[in-house]
Amino acid sequence: MTTDKEISLTIDGVVTKAPATATIMEAADAINISIPRLCYHPHLSIAGACRVCLVEVEGMRNPVASCAYPVAEGMKVRTSSTLLRRLRRDVVELILDNHPQDCQTCDRNGNCELQKLAYELGIRERYFEGERKKVEKDLSSPAVIRDPEKCILCGRCVRVCDEVQGVCNLSQHRRGFHINVAPAHEGNMMESVCVQCGQCANVCPTAAILESNDTDDVFKALEDPTKHVVVQTAPSIRAAIGEGFGYEPGTPATGKMVSALRLMGFDKVFDTNFGADLTIVEEAHEFLRRFEKNEKLPLITSCSPGWVKFMEHFYPELIPLASTCRSPMTMLSVLIKTYYAEKAGIDPKNVYVVGIMPCTAKKFEARRPEHFTPWGVPYTDAVLTTREIIWMMKSFGLEFRHLGDAVFDNPLGLSTGAADIFGTTGGVMEAALRTAYEKLTGQPCEQMDFTEVRGVEGVKESKVKIGDKTLSVVVANGLENAKTVLDKVKSGEKKYHMIEIMACTGGCIGGGGQPYPPPGMHIMDSKLLRMRAKALYTIDHQKQFRKSHENPYILKLYERFLGEPNGHKAHELLHTHYEPKLPRGVR
Amino acid sequence: MSSAATSTTEGVKRLPESIVRYIEETQGREHSDSYLIAVLQMIQKHFGFLPKDCLNEVSERMQIPSAQVTGVATFYHFFTFVPKGKHTLSVCLGTACYVKGAGFLFERLQELLDVKPGHCSKDGLFTLESARCVGACALAPVLIVDEKVYANVKPDELPKILAKYGFKSGKE
Repeated sequence: MTTDKEISLTIDGVVTKAPATATIMEAADAINISIPRLCYHPHLSIAGACRVCLVEVEGMRNPVASCAYPVAEGMKVRTSSTLLRRLRRDVVELILDNHPQDCQTCDRNGNCELQKLAYELGIRERYFEGERKKVEKDLSSPAVIRDPEKCILCGRCVRVCDEVQGVCNLSQHRRGFHINVAPAHEGNMMESVCVQCGQCANVCPTAAILESNDTDDVFKALEDPTKHVVVQTAPSIRAAIGEGFGYEPGTPATGKMVSALRLMGFDKVFDTNFGADLTIVEEAHEFLRRFEKNEKLPLITSCSPGWVKFMEHFYPELIPLASTCRSPMTMLSVLIKTYYAEKAGIDPKNVYVVGIMPCTAKKFEARRPEHFTPWGVPYTDAVLTTREIIWMMKSFGLEFRHLGDAVFDNPLGLSTGAADIFGTTGGVMEAALRTAYEKLTGQPCEQMDFTEVRGVEGVKESKVKIGDKTLSVVVANGLENAKTVLDKVKSGEKKYHMIEIMACTGGCIGGGGQPYPPPGMHIMDSKLLRMRAKALYTIDHQKQFRKSHENPYILKLYERFLGEPNGHKAHELLHTHYEPKLPRGVR
Repeated sequence: MSSAATSTTEGVKRLPESIVRYIEETQGREHSDSYLIAVLQMIQKHFGFLPKDCLNEVSERMQIPSAQVTGVATFYHFFTFVPKGKHTLSVCLGTACYVKGAGFLFERLQELLDVKPGHCSKDGLFTLESARCVGACALAPVLIVDEKVYANVKPDELPKILAKYGFKSGKE
């Protein structure tokens, strides 16, 4: 907001300038004075709910909440004093009083903003012992679970679901001591418009909202000698898993990750990237067919399970435009239980497939009846988030940082650079363009970097010249941004050939199952997202093959097993369908 | 309270025409969602409570997310989500009544009607509520059925009183 009028104020004796519309907290952040905070999130609206960020302003009788209080010319602010410390400590103590005392066994132990604040503010004793709320857990969803007793009513989940995702599934119900954050009718997450994206879990400062934990099931499968346990890792995992072991965000860790998974006892370590390459080949052919017939355009991508569920609740009328391609994860799981099992001579009923995903909604996708085998089990038996696999590796006792680099198993482990970039917003579009370019023109695509669809902006529009044709494409990440795009498509204001939608801000690298950000960064932080994206673009550049249709094992797969892209067998195994879902979402 | 044309054969409660018209009228206006509370009041006046189906219909017609509709509705003590019985039983649990055994009355009513406080008996006849002091301490313990006050009530007299309102004693 550089166009704003600037004012000057003094914070802790430092004279500084700030835009006239800034809050005290923003002005302080700008000069690296960090005021303790809890309900505040830089990407969400101001709630002023927790009262932790109190500061003293000269001439004012009472301290004010710095996250909400605007700066003024000549204002003198103190962000720390013995009074403020005591007030903040009391506020956090009162929150703790209505919070379970199970930190040691809590999922967020060591990663909890409330725990951290309590420690920093010096709370060593519990002075207040009062009534504690009793609310049942909501374990209805296979993806996102809620424990309202751990909720501190900061409202971040309500705000992210409304403002960033446009889903508005959560709201505060009742009042006073009985306030309960819940879906409509204080119902559960399964029977609601929840798209299972997990952004609420990401922004939750405590363990009130978490991914449903599947680590026990996976450990059990690993211990079962009759099970052939196969793991696949999504493109964005390699860009984020290192953070769990102290690496700077954006440090690619593919090799160590594969080593770790092997040490844990997975029989095969395959790469979801292979599924991504396959998705591109299928989707590009699907697109070309629609493009030639000029029907069912724009084609909308279907890799993001949060987006798919959002479409079914909020835009059921657009279902015919969505690509029928299964997601890379499910495509690969299908191949593991058909092609691979056949090739390896293993009964597919004994194969247990684990997907390592950046995503909570993938847990939901895996349980969709459309993705069940003919013998009645999910093609993907278990889905773990990046956070879960990091916990598992730690609890397994692995020294991740000291591991050597290993490579994925073949044939489902080789992938092109086009697949790596699936993990970031714009990646699927770019990968599709690389293949579509060659299929449309018959010429090699020399300029492979479609930089106009890169970057972490919410909506990226572009006109791409392919031979004598111009493709109009748009990329949206974050479902509120998707709404903006789709509403324009529906009204006829905009015409596109292809739309990529990722439910989460930044794409999969910002997914609901990715590591909690390191100190100094936050969820949806564009700096963090850029660092993770850079890792993927770097890997892409270093790959021998960078176009999905050039993946030699993909070519072999079609030749020996699938037949033609979009052919009968490919359709049966690699495509799916969508259905309008209730309750209908309000846009 | 009218009941015509408010429920279909499946028992789905639909908004009555008058409320639908009110929503349509207010939709074009500025801050149209600010009419939510007025709409909720109309529904409660009509049905005696806020049926779930109606709240969903309100969400759809007013284009306010369902979670926000129920968030607002649960905020106000005025709104209730359980159907009201034909008659309302209020047991005064004020100090004087309580000392004179109103607690036993309240418990006995819960047993007799198989109903929790604030809820409606399965036959739809009675809603059981508790009241704070109603200012009739000389008559303690007091039971109020709709508007009528019963004084010095003993638990054993309850079946007889309830019978006047259609209660059939004894389990079927």
